[in-house]
Order: sequence, then C-alpha cells, then structure tokens
Amino acid sequence: MLGWEFPPFISGGLGTACYGLTRAMDQLGMEIMFVLPKMVESKYATHVKLLTPGSHKSSSSVKFDELKNVKFRALSSTLQAYTTPDSYLQRIEETLRLKQNLLGGSFSSASQLFMSRDYGSDMYTEVHRYAALAAELAGDEQFDVVHAHDWMTYPAGIAVAAIGGKPLVVHVHSTEFDRSGEHVNQMIYDIEREGMHRADKVIAVSHYTRNIIISRYGVSGDKVEVVYNGVERIGQWSMDETVIDKDEKIVLFLGRITMQKGPEYFLQAAKKVLEVMDNVKFVMAGSGDMMHQAIEMAAGLGIGQKVLFTGFLHGEDVQKIYKMADLYVMPSVSEPFGIAPLEALDNDVPVIISKQSGVSEVLMHALKVDFWDVNEIANKIVAVLKYPPLQMTLRSHGNFEVRRLRWKDAAARCGKIYEEMLIPV
Amino acid sequence: MPSVCFYFQVHQPLRLRHYTIFDKNDQYFDEIKNSSICKKVANKCYLPTNRLLLNLIRRFNGRFRIAYSVTGLLLEQLERYSPEVLSTFDALAETGCVEFLAETYYHSLSFLYSRNEFVEQINKHIEAINYFFDQRPRVFRNTELIYNNDLAALIESMGCFDAIISEGADHILGYRSPNFVYQPKGCNHLKLLLKNYSLSDDIAFRFSNRDWAQWPLTADKFARWISNVNGNGNVVNLFMDYETFGEHQWEDTGIFDFMRHLPDEVLKHPDNNFKTPSEVVQSYSSADTVDVPHIISWADTERDLSAWLGNAMQSNAIHELYRIEKKIKDTKNEEIIGDWRKLQTSDHFYYMCTKYFADGDVHKYFNPYDSPYDSYINFMNVLDHLHKRCSGNMDNGALCPAPGQGPPELSSGPTSGIENLPNLQPVE
Repeated sequence: MLGWEFPPFISGGLGTACYGLTRAMDQLGMEIMFVLPKMVESKYATHVKLLTPGSHKSSSSVKFDELKNVKFRALSSTLQAYTTPDSYLQRIEETLRLKQNLLGGSFSSASQLFMSRDYGSDMYTEVHRYAALAAELAGDEQFDVVHAHDWMTYPAGIAVAAIGGKPLVVHVHSTEFDRSGEHVNQMIYDIEREGMHRADKVIAVSHYTRNIIISRYGVSGDKVEVVYNGVERIGQWSMDETVIDKDEKIVLFLGRITMQKGPEYFLQAAKKVLEVMDNVKFVMAGSGDMMHQAIEMAAGLGIGQKVLFTGFLHGEDVQKIYKMADLYVMPSVSEPFGIAPLEALDNDVPVIISKQSGVSEVLMHALKVDFWDVNEIANKIVAVLKYPPLQMTLRSHGNFEVRRLRWKDAAARCGKIYEEMLIPV
Repeated sequence: MPSVCFYFQVHQPLRLRHYTIFDKNDQYFDEIKNSSICKKVANKCYLPTNRLLLNLIRRFNGRFRIAYSVTGLLLEQLERYSPEVLSTFDALAETGCVEFLAETYYHSLSFLYSRNEFVEQINKHIEAINYFFDQRPRVFRNTELIYNNDLAALIESMGCFDAIISEGADHILGYRSPNFVYQPKGCNHLKLLLKNYSLSDDIAFRFSNRDWAQWPLTADKFARWISNVNGNGNVVNLFMDYETFGEHQWEDTGIFDFMRHLPDEVLKHPDNNFKTPSEVVQSYSSADTVDVPHIISWADTERDLSAWLGNAMQSNAIHELYRIEKKIKDTKNEEIIGDWRKLQTSDHFYYMCTKYFADGDVHKYFNPYDSPYDSYINFMNVLDHLHKRCSGNMDNGALCPAPGQGPPELSSGPTSGIENLPNLQPVE
C-alpha cells in the first residue's frame, strides 16, 4: 500500500482514512506493507521504526503495536499532502539545508541514481523520486496487490505494479477538481489521469467522486467502485457532565482554510446569522492558504469580533472544540467524502454539510445545503441554534447513524475488490 | 349477508413554500406547488375515479353505494384549481347513493390538543359539506382514524352524529371481528364502525405488489373473499385513501378495471349488498362494546401516533402551534386564524417523521421535503412569523403589518417558551 500520510503526521482526512482503512484490514487479517514518503522523526519512533533511503536494506521493518499485519516503510521525501507548489518550495529549501549537513553516508547504486536528481526544483520530481525508491524497495517484498492512495503515489503505484506484475488499485480520496476548482494544475491532472487509466480498479470514496472520475478523467464506469470511508469512534460517552456554562452558542468550521472548503461561504452565512441573532460565536479551526484572506474577510464584513481563528488543531484540542460546539458546518465547494462531519456527529455535534460532498450520500440525519446558498446555510444555522428539539433529534439520530459507518466494512469491500482482481480470467 | 361499506378519504394538504428565518411576508403556502399537485391528482385520480363510480352508481340503479370524507382544505383547493372535480362530486351527491362524512375541516390533530378548536373545525366542515353537497353528515371520522373512548364520548355529546369510524386494530378487537357494528365504551347511542384493514389494504397497498401471493387481485377473487364473511359478519368496511385509484396504484396496474368489475362480482351473490355508513348503522345493531382507553390510528404497523408525534421536533412543533391558540384567536383577524388553522393539517407533522426515514419508504414518497429536518425548520420559521404577526396586532391594536415590515425585535432571542420544552404528551 502506497500512501503519504499516516497519523500522527496528518494535515487532513487522507492520513485519517489510510489509518482507519489499514487498521480495519489488519483486523481482518490482511497483510499490508505500507510505504510512506515521509521520514519519521525519532520522537515518534514508538510507532514506526525509521527507514532512510540509504539504510532501508539493513533495517527490519517494525510494526505498530496494534497493527499486527502491517509493516511500514518510510522513504525520505519532502512529500506532503495538500501542499501547493509555493509552500513546497519553502519546505524543500529547508530540507536541503538539513540534508547538506547530514549527507555523507554511502548509498546503494539505484538509490544514488535517483538521489542525484533528488532535491530538484519541483514537487513532480519528488513524486517520481518517491516512485523510484518505492519501486526499488518493492523488489525485495512479496505482495499480491498494489494499492495507491491519491495522485502523489500513482506513479509509484504504476512502477511497483509493473515490476511485480501485480494488479494496481488506485484509491481516489480527492481529485484536482476538488482541490482547485476549474483552475486545475495540468501536471497533477495528467498524473491522476494516467494513474486511473493504468489501474486495474479505481476506488472512489463516493458516487460524487466516481462521477468526476468518469466525466472528467474519461475512465470507464465499470472500472470504478465506490467504497465509503468509515469513522474511527473516539468520542465516548463520558460521565463527567461538564456543562459548559456559556451564554454564547458556538458554530464550528473545522478543516483546512482553502478554496475547496468554502470558508468564505461560512463567513457570509455568519454575517447573515448575526443579523438575526446576537449570542453566537463562529470558530474557524484549521489553517490553510486562505487563512489571511478569511481573517480579512471577517473584518471586512464587520464580524471580526464574532469570529475566532484557532489555527490547526491536534488530537485533544479537536475533542475539546467539539465539546464546546453547538453545530458543525462544512460548506465545502467540492468534497470527495468528508470524514470530519462524521467525527463531529461521533462527538454529538449536529452537522450542516454541503450537498457537493460524498458524505451527504451516506448521512441522512444531517442538514444539507448547496455551498453557494448562503441564505439557506444561515437559515439552517439559526434553526439549529434556535430550536432545541432540532438539535436534539439531529444529535441522537446522527450519532446512531455514524455507528453504522465502519472502517471494517470499507476494508471488507476493498478485500472483495482485491479478490475479484486476483481471480485469473 | 355482508354489506360492503366503502368510504374514501379525500384530502390534500396545503404545502408550505420554502420559508427562511429571513422571510418577512405572510405568504406561507406554495401556490404553484399546491395547484399543480391538485391538478395532477385531479387528472390521475379524482376525475377518472369519480366518473367511474358515477357510471357504476347509475348502472346499478342505486344498488352500488359509497361514502366520502372530503376535507375542507381540499374542497377549497378544488374550488380554486379544479372546479370540474367539484362538479363531479356534486353529481355523485345528487345520485342519493353517496354519503359524505364529517371530519375536522383542516384534517387536523386538534382532538389531541384543543377540544374547542376540534369542535369548531367539525362544525365548519359540516357547514362546508352542507354548502357544497346539500347534506348534513351523520357519521364522523377523525383525522387518520385517530380514536379513543374520550373521542367517542365527545362526538356523542355533540348530538349530531349516529356513528364514528375507526381502525379495526387487532389489539382493541382481540378475538372479535371488525365485520360487525359495535358500540364505543361509555356511549349510549353512538355506534362504531371499524375498518377491515386486511381486505382494505389488499386494495390500497397490496394490489400491485407482485411479490404478494394473491397477485394479481381480480374482482371475482375479491368478491369471493367478501362472500366468505357470510354467516360470520354483517358488514365489510373498506376504508381507504381515495388516491389509491390512479395515484398510489397507477392506472396501468389495472386498479380501475378492478373497481369497474367489483360491484358486479359482489352483487352476483344474492346475499351481498352495498351500504353507506349511515345505512349500515341503521341496518345492524351493535354486537358488543369496544373499549379503547388508549389512542389508536390507522397508520403504519404500530397503529399509533408515532408518525405525527414520534420525535421531539414533532411534539415541539405541535405544542408551539396550539400554545398560541388564544393569542391567535384574540386577534380576531380571519387571515391569521386561517393561516394558523392551515398549519394544523396533520401532514405538516408527518413530514417531520424520522421513523424509517433512513430506509426510504412510503413516508418519503409523500414528502415534499428532502428531509424531516428541513420540514421542521420550515414549519417553525412560518410559525415564528405567524406568532409575531399576532403580537404585532395586539400591541398596537392595528391591523397586521404589511408584508416586508415585520415587527422590529427580530433578534430578541428565542421566542418565549421555546427553551422550556412543554409537556410532550398529548392530552388524553
């Protein structure tokens, strides 16, 4: 399995999804080798043993305690999910400086070949470097299926599958159209397209995404299967009745503050809500390239004092913010799936979700809106805050509904897709 | 000698338009949607079925007889959108073989929440039936066949009814059959007619179901089942939604042909006949007393109120609605009172039902909203505005504010009482 995010190194839903899926596969007894592009820092060595490109042959792979059948391989790479070319450039310069101090060890020939054009000028080189390293690594390993998660691993997937003569599954967690709207990056699109076309099966996280794959990438429909994500149940029923004594209601936006997530619609709706209600605060938890724009916009709308920006939240802080929130809003412009609303429901927070999302296909007990319909978003926010029985009903039914979305089912579906591919025709 | 007693429920709600918290006018209802649905159902169901039944009545020279309960709300809509349907109903009334029943004018659940309002709506309906069809109803049916002993007592005390209609639910009948006339417990002269749900649902629900062992259902087969009641009952009460014909069961299922041949097949057996509810009551004396201390209805398998009052949103919405009754009536403003009454139609609460929602079933089919939550939000926004209209009235004693200039304090937090959830139990 080829991925590039895994907890605790996550910046979005992809790492969460990879973790949930592999964990469930592990429990079903599937053996997985998970190849990560990211070098893992030593302070997290409790989870995964370090594997640098130069030394991977000598080290044995180590497993997560709870993941019995999963082996991890980490490749040194600056690859990160959701980077834009700009922020990538900054990161690569930083890494370069670090590397120059560290370099000096001897590399095996193949690695060296690719290393030589290693820290090139752009992330596409990086993607191909990852592919080459993964291919080399795969030469030593036994596997039946290659499963690649999102575009950055597709070239690697293609290479590994070709070397091993094994079927390739590409798992589409998001497409360039989701991330960039109509301003697609042609290089990324080409990589995505090639990956989907060279794959034996394409797994889409929703019918919404499946439609994009078919209509925008020209992939034949019978090759594209839908496997919905699950949700890791962490929100637990707690005894401590910490009734947060607050006069103000809290409406939460949690996610990257980028064009894809529709932060401007959230703010415009907030403005409208504040026209008819006063005791509400809007919290935007997350970071992203539109963060500054969002802050300015809140100020421009004259609601700056009502909107709080928390920056990116980790683990416990996420739980805390859910505990405080009365409502979660996901106004995404294009959301292939959207695990966050499930987590919100799991934490007993009712949700308003964009109809332009995969998760709206699986959630019945959620309020649904068109992301551009700011009036309706505001209408629904007010309704939830104003009519307690609505919040109550959404919460109780929603929490129950989320329990039916299990990673185990997603893993079983993947397992079935593998089996079908492995049957000799 | 079973008598076949047909009664058809004819009703359409007035659907609300999309109404947000930001809307400030008093146009609550969706004219376009209501008129188009009314016309559609008129063409698919009301007109063809009325004509068919009218022909049958004429052909059988008074031996084929039926009954209707047409809500006031639908009569208003027909008058506006499909007057030709009204004239066919009128023609049916003139045959003398058609009885019209009384119910709440607005197809409301008012019995559960306001006895005064309940009685007012019945009287309004009686007047409407009298006006349109020149009949004074003698038999009462409550919305969704909701029923208990108290209802029967109340109806008897009104003094204008001979009988009341309800569901022949197993748990109230026990070993007894619905094919007799009964007397409600605690009543002296009022009689009780109970729906034979098995035979009724064979037509209303199972008719086109190909998985059903008895499919296809033919008129002679059904007539045989009715004749089987011979010696074991006096009357077979077939109560169903009128929209069964052409709307729930489409024309291509053969439902109209079935109905066309049914009277003939039933009357082939010399002991069989057709009677209207009033005629049934006059012909047969009551076989036993039926005790219904708890409320029943004809809905779903539960035969209870859960389709309208099963979740917190439904209870809240209906409580808020009836809580403002006095305020509304004190305005003496016919438009405000009219809008308030139109909001009482049971369908509005049915749309909020979350039971089976995730599975998508019959509840969904009749629902103009995407979800029960949307319907609750819409309803509450309308109710909120209506409430403000009557406050505006009372404050300055003037007429209600013109559209577009609602009361000033829109942001004064939740309207009184919304936070403290009222008692969620309907009065019994």
